[in-house]
Amino acid sequence: MVRFALTGTRIRERRTLLRLRQADLARSVGISAAYLNLIEHNRRRVGDALLHRLAGALGISVVALAEGAKALLFDGLRAAAATDPAMPVPPELDRVEEFASLFPGWAGLLVNRQDRVGTLERMVETYADRLSHDPFLLDALHELLSGVTALRASASILAETEDLEPEWQHRFLHTIGTEGERLAETAEALTRHLDALVQAGTGLSAPLDQMEAWLAALDWHLPEPDTPEAATLQAQIRSAPQLSGDPARDMARRYVHQAQADARALPLRPMVQAIARLGLEPARLAAQFGVSLGVVFRRLATLPPDADLPGGRLSAGLVVCDGSGTLTLRRPMPGFTPPRFGAACPLWPLYAALCRPMQPLYTVIEMAGRMPRRFQAFAFSQPLAPSRFDAPVLMESMMLVLPATGDAQAEPVGLTCRVCPRDDCAGRNEPALLPRHDPQPVPPGLGV
Amino acid sequence: MANRQILLVEDEPHIAEAIRFILTRAGWQVAIEPDGAAALGRIRALRPHVVVLDLMLPGRSGLDILTDLRADPVLAALPVLMLTARGQDRDRVAAQQAGATAYLAKPFANADVLAVVEAIATQAGAG
Repeated sequence: MVRFALTGTRIRERRTLLRLRQADLARSVGISAAYLNLIEHNRRRVGDALLHRLAGALGISVVALAEGAKALLFDGLRAAAATDPAMPVPPELDRVEEFASLFPGWAGLLVNRQDRVGTLERMVETYADRLSHDPFLLDALHELLSGVTALRASASILAETEDLEPEWQHRFLHTIGTEGERLAETAEALTRHLDALVQAGTGLSAPLDQMEAWLAALDWHLPEPDTPEAATLQAQIRSAPQLSGDPARDMARRYVHQAQADARALPLRPMVQAIARLGLEPARLAAQFGVSLGVVFRRLATLPPDADLPGGRLSAGLVVCDGSGTLTLRRPMPGFTPPRFGAACPLWPLYAALCRPMQPLYTVIEMAGRMPRRFQAFAFSQPLAPSRFDAPVLMESMMLVLPATGDAQAEPVGLTCRVCPRDDCAGRNEPALLPRHDPQPVPPGLGV
Repeated sequence: MANRQILLVEDEPHIAEAIRFILTRAGWQVAIEPDGAAALGRIRALRPHVVVLDLMLPGRSGLDILTDLRADPVLAALPVLMLTARGQDRDRVAAQQAGATAYLAKPFANADVLAVVEAIATQAGAG
């Protein structure tokens, strides 16, 4: 059974927390200490039966041990710690796991608040940007000032000039009338514009953020085509609370269109059967079905949670970028959360593939962090199908991320420089906000 | 007092008309030019004692016109009153850097326009 690679790490964490010796735990579940050591370093898979015995011995649910909801919580807590590096008493980063285990509610609340702060900061930035660059606002301001200036000058001539000839009097009264009309129209247009800005509300996040929030709410899985559920997709897009503007809804429609085409080219049942026979090798699957690698990548990253795969639920991440390196799709997985803004790690095979079009790249990568995580990365880039013969050639690169098992050599990479602890990295383009911390040695008496 | 010429470069007809009325009553001969692109040629032809120059103009910005004026040895010393938008500090700073003799923010008081025009004309020895 393919387990997400971190199961071993979680077993070790839980055991350390309970102050159990490795040998004692091993004996209680009927395996050798050496074998448990391999499991704890994610170098051996854990079978179903053993996982149940381990969960029982460690007083934790099988799900918590195998799926590690906490991994996301840890990431969130580290991100929160990174936002304020100048705290007089810095957050105890070396005790993140302990904190989250002891106070899961408080930890969840902190992560949730941090997300909210991030959203609000982004909104403020967008407002500020709009106010200083919004061409409509600048025009409206000019109109208002011109109207008010003409009105004030004309009114004060009428009020202050003694013996004003009737002809002039008439002209300035006329000016006041016309400028008054103009001001009323401008004010109305301005109100409409500001209303639209306010209504945009949550829509101030980028369309891609909105679409990904919608997909996350669907667990990144759309109903298979030609099912009754698929027929309601267009209606869902219209009413989804996450999609607050036409750009986001249009993006969601394009996504659905492609996902349905992918699913028709690579139907679920034959795909699952092929995976059982050929394994999770995207190129072999692509050759088997005569489809492009992109179809296989996208399908593998969005399989339904209940797909009958030999290894149980598949945990998969996917990133797609254009020729400028801008991420155009970010399907996260535990331990792999692509940055929402700012540059991603330049060492990602995604970017190496961009420089070597049409050449498949397979790399085992190790994500930097206190608990280094290893993944298999499949990267491939190619030009997008041209819309016309005289159209510019646009490149697209994509990287499928799957859990890694075993102890193959791994390339060190990160998520984004801001939160990356690798201080000797040649690819660094921005200082890290996180203080550097070395992994704590296990205190004597707790480990082997 | 005779023949005190002023050129008003302003595209808003109602504002231009009000300023012309006030300045005419004070004894100025007022010419109006609504087009930024034609302003420089008009100044060279008319040789006014004072120029009132709006910052936002169709055709050519008031700042560009002012910069050209200051680079021309014949016109470098010409008193120029720049009209900017109230609250736009960037505009005021830009007007000063480009070499405006004085500036007024819209919406201005009529009395201020007259007072500033008289002041910069006197300074330049035209009053």
